[in-house]
Amino acid sequence: MKIKKRTIVLIFYFFLLMLPIYWMLNMSLRTNADILGNFSLYPKDITFANYIKIFTDSSWYSGYINSILYVSINTIISLLTALPAAYAFSRYKFIGDSQMFFWLLTNRMAPAAVFLLPFFQLYSTFGLIDTHIAVALAHCLFNVPLAVWILEGFMSGIPRELDETAYIDGYSFPSFFIFVFMPLIRAGVGVTAFFCFMFSWVELLFARTLTTTVAKPIAATMTRTVSATGLDWGLLSAAGILTIVPGALVIWFVRNHMAKGFAMGRV
Amino acid sequence: MNKWEDNRAWFLVIPVFIIVAFSAILPLMTVVNYSVQDIFGPGDRMFVGVEWFKEVLGDSRLHEALLKQFLFSGLVLLIEIPLGIGIALLMPKKGWGSSLSLVLMALPLLIPWNVIGTIWIVFTRPDIGLLGSFINGMGIPFDHTASPIQAWITLILMEVWHWTPLVVLLAYAGLRAIPEAYFQAAKIDGASAWAVFKYIQLPKMRGVLTIAILLRFMDSFLIYAEPFVLTGGGPGNSTTFLSIYLVKIAVGQFDLGPAAAFSLIYFLIVLLLSWLFYQVLQNAGKGGA
Repeated sequence: MKIKKRTIVLIFYFFLLMLPIYWMLNMSLRTNADILGNFSLYPKDITFANYIKIFTDSSWYSGYINSILYVSINTIISLLTALPAAYAFSRYKFIGDSQMFFWLLTNRMAPAAVFLLPFFQLYSTFGLIDTHIAVALAHCLFNVPLAVWILEGFMSGIPRELDETAYIDGYSFPSFFIFVFMPLIRAGVGVTAFFCFMFSWVELLFARTLTTTVAKPIAATMTRTVSATGLDWGLLSAAGILTIVPGALVIWFVRNHMAKGFAMGRV
Repeated sequence: MNKWEDNRAWFLVIPVFIIVAFSAILPLMTVVNYSVQDIFGPGDRMFVGVEWFKEVLGDSRLHEALLKQFLFSGLVLLIEIPLGIGIALLMPKKGWGSSLSLVLMALPLLIPWNVIGTIWIVFTRPDIGLLGSFINGMGIPFDHTASPIQAWITLILMEVWHWTPLVVLLAYAGLRAIPEAYFQAAKIDGASAWAVFKYIQLPKMRGVLTIAILLRFMDSFLIYAEPFVLTGGGPGNSTTFLSIYLVKIAVGQFDLGPAAAFSLIYFLIVLLLSWLFYQVLQNAGKGGA
């Protein structure tokens, strides 16, 4: 009986959670005139015209490719640099460690609006404007600190005796880290990868400032649907539905790592 | 658990430092530069000292925006953190139910922020939106573009809908990282569900909850795109939060000097409050477990 009550609450929560997304899906399958003219709980005349436009118009689909490119680069850089740093913070005491740890997070705390102009100047000095690497690097500003913080939390949950035992058993640091330690914190790595992907994917201000055409992200392309005749809600909704897909795939791949969690039995 | 003392650990931190400092330090210095100068055009500027800081600190509309911002962030944290922990505890631990929950949970987080606002415009419209027409159907006239209270409720609803999943995902991952042995021990002792939560799950989630609370505080305090798109700061100035007001000064009036001073003060407020949160959460853990 108790388990049933839990399930009902959970299903009700998911029902509410999915409503706005359902509405977006509903709109994406209708024409703009139909959306503005009638209230309808489900699409009566289903049309795929909005999706077809996105898949055939290169100014639309290239936005997705650009976003996926810089988001992937960003996630890889963030994880690779944050893993050793998080290990250092969770295991070692060193000069300035706590200051450094908190400083990292302060980079998420500045209001973006006024920082955009100096950002543009900095990246044009290096000739990086309108490249994928520029956006990936700029997003490191908030993703790397986040990755360090999340990973540090997970690593600190693992007793240090484990490291000591492994070193006594003759593991070198790299082999210990890759073969013993990484499997233990894979829940953390999975969550971190997802969060880096997510925050980079939805960020608009930096991505839009640092790109013009070649590396233009999908979120910036979508603001284009605002025209003199008003918004094209159908097209915007279809694009919105498609922006969910890559991230949903990412979480599908990391879900087992999140769910399995702590596999202490391995050592 | 005492840590090893070894300054060579810096070598593990240096890559992170370089990559973050590259984007962080020069723009910050440029903004500090703007904040003490009156800029008329390229190469035509005058040093004005703390003039802009005085002007910004005395701005009554800024005080108003700051108060609203505190109220908004406070409400958002009070709703999202307990709700997020609760849902994470309810979620299935394994099997297809767990996979499905995780994927569904992530969906709202993956929509670009400007699109979230746009979708909610339609979703809450009384004539063609699901939520708007539902509330109207219950006999309550709903129009968040006319009533400040309804604009606030809509924004909070949108914020809770959008970001509670982040708390859930973090809390869920934290819960999964607790070794099974703890629960077996608790079972042998005959501990109640509440005792298990209070003495095992909550203390073990401290790390992830610290991140969740800090992230939610910072991002809700800096919120821009969603309210800008949904309400534009209105009706009147009722939802003009700090960052919306900042952009009005920076872009609308093109006052780069005051806007830069504003940004720095804004940044310091977020910094100070985050630091306080961090200290409190760190110490709470030491005392409790």
